[in-house]
Amino acid sequence: MFASMSTATAVTGSAAAASAPIIEARRLEKFYRGPDGSRIQVIAPTDLAIYPGQIIAVLGPSGAGKSTLLRMLTGLSPASGGGVYWHGQPVQGETPSVAIVFQSFALFPWLTVLENVEAPLEARGMAPIERHKRALRIIDAVGLDGFESAYPKELSGGMKQRVGVARALVVEPEVLFMDEPFSALDVLTAETLRGELLELWLERKIPTRAIFIVTHNIEEAVVLADRVIVLGRNPAHIHADFTVGLAHPRDRKAPAFVALVDEIYRVLTRPDDHSRVAAPRDSATGTATPKPVMLPHTRPGGMAGLLEILADHGGRVDLHNLADELGLEVDALLPTVDTARLLDLLKLEEGDAIITQEGLDFAKGDIQERKAIFRKGALANVPLLRQMEQALRSKADRTLPDEFFRDLLEEHFSEEESRRQLETAIQWGRYAEIFDYDAATGKLTLTEA
Amino acid sequence: MPTQALAERRQPATPIPPSGVRPAGSRWSWGFLIDIAIFLFVFAAIYGIYALGLSWLGPPQPQAKISQDPRSLPLYVFYSLVRIGIAYGISLVFALGYGYFAASSHSAEMILVPLLDILQSIPVLSFLPGVMLAMVALFPRSQLGVELGSILLIFTGQVWNIAFSFYSSLKTIPRDLHEAARIYRFSRWQRFIELDLPFSTIGLVWNSMMSVAGGWFFLMACEMFVLGDRDFRLPGLGSFLQTAASNGNTRAIFWGVAAMIAVIVLLDQLVWRPVIAWADKFKFEQVEAAGPAQTTLLNLLGRASVVLRIYRYVLRPALNWLTVMFAVSARRAVDQLAAPRRSGTRRWLGYALGLAVLAGLGLGMYHAGRELANLHREDYFDLMRSAALTFLRVNVALVIGALWAVPVGVAIGFNARLARIAQPLAQMAASIPATALFPIILLFLIRLRGGIEIAAMALMLLGTQWYILFNVIAGAMAIPTDLKEAAHIFRFSSWDRWRYLILPGIFPYLITGMVTASGGAWNASIVAEYFHFQGHIVATAGLGSAISGASASGRFDVLLAATLIMATIVVLINRFVWRRLYRLASSRFKLES
Repeated sequence: MFASMSTATAVTGSAAAASAPIIEARRLEKFYRGPDGSRIQVIAPTDLAIYPGQIIAVLGPSGAGKSTLLRMLTGLSPASGGGVYWHGQPVQGETPSVAIVFQSFALFPWLTVLENVEAPLEARGMAPIERHKRALRIIDAVGLDGFESAYPKELSGGMKQRVGVARALVVEPEVLFMDEPFSALDVLTAETLRGELLELWLERKIPTRAIFIVTHNIEEAVVLADRVIVLGRNPAHIHADFTVGLAHPRDRKAPAFVALVDEIYRVLTRPDDHSRVAAPRDSATGTATPKPVMLPHTRPGGMAGLLEILADHGGRVDLHNLADELGLEVDALLPTVDTARLLDLLKLEEGDAIITQEGLDFAKGDIQERKAIFRKGALANVPLLRQMEQALRSKADRTLPDEFFRDLLEEHFSEEESRRQLETAIQWGRYAEIFDYDAATGKLTLTEA
Repeated sequence: MPTQALAERRQPATPIPPSGVRPAGSRWSWGFLIDIAIFLFVFAAIYGIYALGLSWLGPPQPQAKISQDPRSLPLYVFYSLVRIGIAYGISLVFALGYGYFAASSHSAEMILVPLLDILQSIPVLSFLPGVMLAMVALFPRSQLGVELGSILLIFTGQVWNIAFSFYSSLKTIPRDLHEAARIYRFSRWQRFIELDLPFSTIGLVWNSMMSVAGGWFFLMACEMFVLGDRDFRLPGLGSFLQTAASNGNTRAIFWGVAAMIAVIVLLDQLVWRPVIAWADKFKFEQVEAAGPAQTTLLNLLGRASVVLRIYRYVLRPALNWLTVMFAVSARRAVDQLAAPRRSGTRRWLGYALGLAVLAGLGLGMYHAGRELANLHREDYFDLMRSAALTFLRVNVALVIGALWAVPVGVAIGFNARLARIAQPLAQMAASIPATALFPIILLFLIRLRGGIEIAAMALMLLGTQWYILFNVIAGAMAIPTDLKEAAHIFRFSSWDRWRYLILPGIFPYLITGMVTASGGAWNASIVAEYFHFQGHIVATAGLGSAISGASASGRFDVLLAATLIMATIVVLINRFVWRRLYRLASSRFKLES
């Protein structure tokens, strides 16, 4: 059975011929209108089909739009363009016959475990006796027997997520959506739950026909999924699409497994051209302002640590191993790597990080030298900081309110993202001693050398 | 698994025996006693409804003879309790509707939320003529009209903060929970019962306590008042106290105050404490708190088989039936694939309703404008002067309140042992409505020169200082121990301690307390500046006394103008002073964990 499953999904094209997709996204996209009418693209027009018999995992750096994609496929978030189709019919509102397992569990704390699991059945107008029976059966199946009358706050994280899974499965969804279901759990619990989910799925204990799981954990994706989709950023798009042909149970130490993880890893960390290609169409003013490079949301302090470790490793290290060594998810490491790369302190080559001469100086320098290197790199490579510096210099009193820059940013980013971009830029600018910032008045003042 | 077994297990796994009660083994008989008590209570309630019916449906007696005999107090207390209870019930229903509507429609939100701000700043007496005349006209032949008028008056003092609390709770429901309710296709009803209402419960409980306390505070004004040439007196605790005060009957005053204190203490023990303990289950937390709140009464009630049975055989099936009903009808209404479309008729109905409201508003504004045009410039000048005086009084009261409440609150908040003793005492003191004590205060102050002035400020202070005190205590308790230790290690002088640690630490809490106190003090001015005492009216110039006087003399134009001025001042102060300070507090002085 395992073998047939992995071959049936080997090529999406042939799977499509075998059976029609349950849910399909056609040119599905998401964008916001900026205050000046400009278009902020969050998700590029995307085609995606969920076929029966598949577990699909979606991977991508944080903030890439994985969750937004999930919310659009389930109908929780309206599409800006294109559409979602359910068995070929266009969907408006929530997609029928789906369920979601949330990262935060999203349980109702005032309802018992049983009541939480029963609630979706109640919503379908099912009679109490029938409801009870079905809920108890599924509670038993996920291993919550004996906890029916407990309240969620009495449960551990793993038990809570079991309730989340039971609540999702009790409606017997065709497609089970999972939004980073195991990332709020400790490593061991997450592993246990993964195994249990696979068991339910592989032994056909649940009528669910497909699972769509959003995650940032590469190994999790490879352990579970038949198909792994890697999203790229700015705007989100399908960057790569892998078919996993390994038989269950999968051995994490097996060469094929390790090779696939490494391959996905390389794709995930490969510089993504899209971010620089997507030039804004500023039709309103006609002036082509270059789209600012999106700043990774990091603090300068963390980067120093990374560079020191790199220097200690002789200047070149495999990021995957490094993350392992530090006990971090790769996802947690990426923003810091991005920052260092942006400032030309390191380079990426096939999943390896290589320190540059500036990076080496930075790692070895004292705090003042580091600031100088940071400042040089920032002014050379971060257009936003350069712009801010020039704008402040052009003023007689060398002072501007932060709103001025936020307005500039809002031409390119959503309101929320603009706020975060400015916050990060201010962090960096302060560290680099480009300007001072007074949070109470919101005023930026150029630092005079 | 049978339903009963599950329902049973909802009770705390290991019931804590109530202290001072016979040890385990007698649990069943104790439950039985509670059952008997509940039955007795039901019989008493039936008799009470009968008595109420006799009086309310009888011929109108706008000027009931108010007895001064302490023996009539139990009945009077009952009447007042029923009025406050019904007013609170209407408030709750109205507030839920208002809050729900404001939170669910964006266009409604833009009007309803600022409107709440304004309505909250209008003192009860300003509603008096409209409410009273309408109700009396509606039921000209029975006492019901007068009673309803009084109840609605209490309602206008209770409803707004509950509505606001519900609205802001709804707006803060986490996105995930909303999405879960949507993806599992909860009907509106199920969402309301299983998500909206539980999430808002704690806020609703605290605001209900505040509202009911407000009901007691304005009870005297709501049970006995003059409206132009008509004199309204309803039998009740408020009118008892009011009559005693205006007759100068010291003995009756003391009896009345004692009865009120007794009622409030009983209510606190029998209603609010169990309700707060019960509401603990609705705390939105992911882990269990160290010591869950418990009260003896809640345990006893939970053990009484009557309550359990009512829940199991009446309440739960009823709720179940409703949920299923709504689920089925929602399913029928919504096609599986189509989004719930707004039907054309519904949209037109909305437009028509909006138009009607606008027309009503226009008409109201026109008439109000004509009333206001009646007034002379001198009248407005007078009102402005009164407003200035009340402004001064309110702020002096606030400053005095802050001056004593800050050091005392910090002392209590920093000292756990002191807090254990002082906090219940302060809560008790706070729950006694200052208006009830006011006649006693007046007895002493009336002989002094400027005594009325002091008395007016004293009443504002008594009514509002508690908000400051309780918030300061909470703020002082919230200052992290490591900050206190740092201040100690670096040998801060006591001035530096206040400047760098305590004042910034309690600032957000202090502001919250001051906002509530300020609004309360403005509202209290209507009873603080104008009072019947020993056979005549004791009044001092001010906006509150202008409102009370205008209402009593039937000068509706003055009443309208004064109300407008007060609402404007309160809203402006909120906008330009408190909200700014609040923003500062939540940005700069927020202690992040």
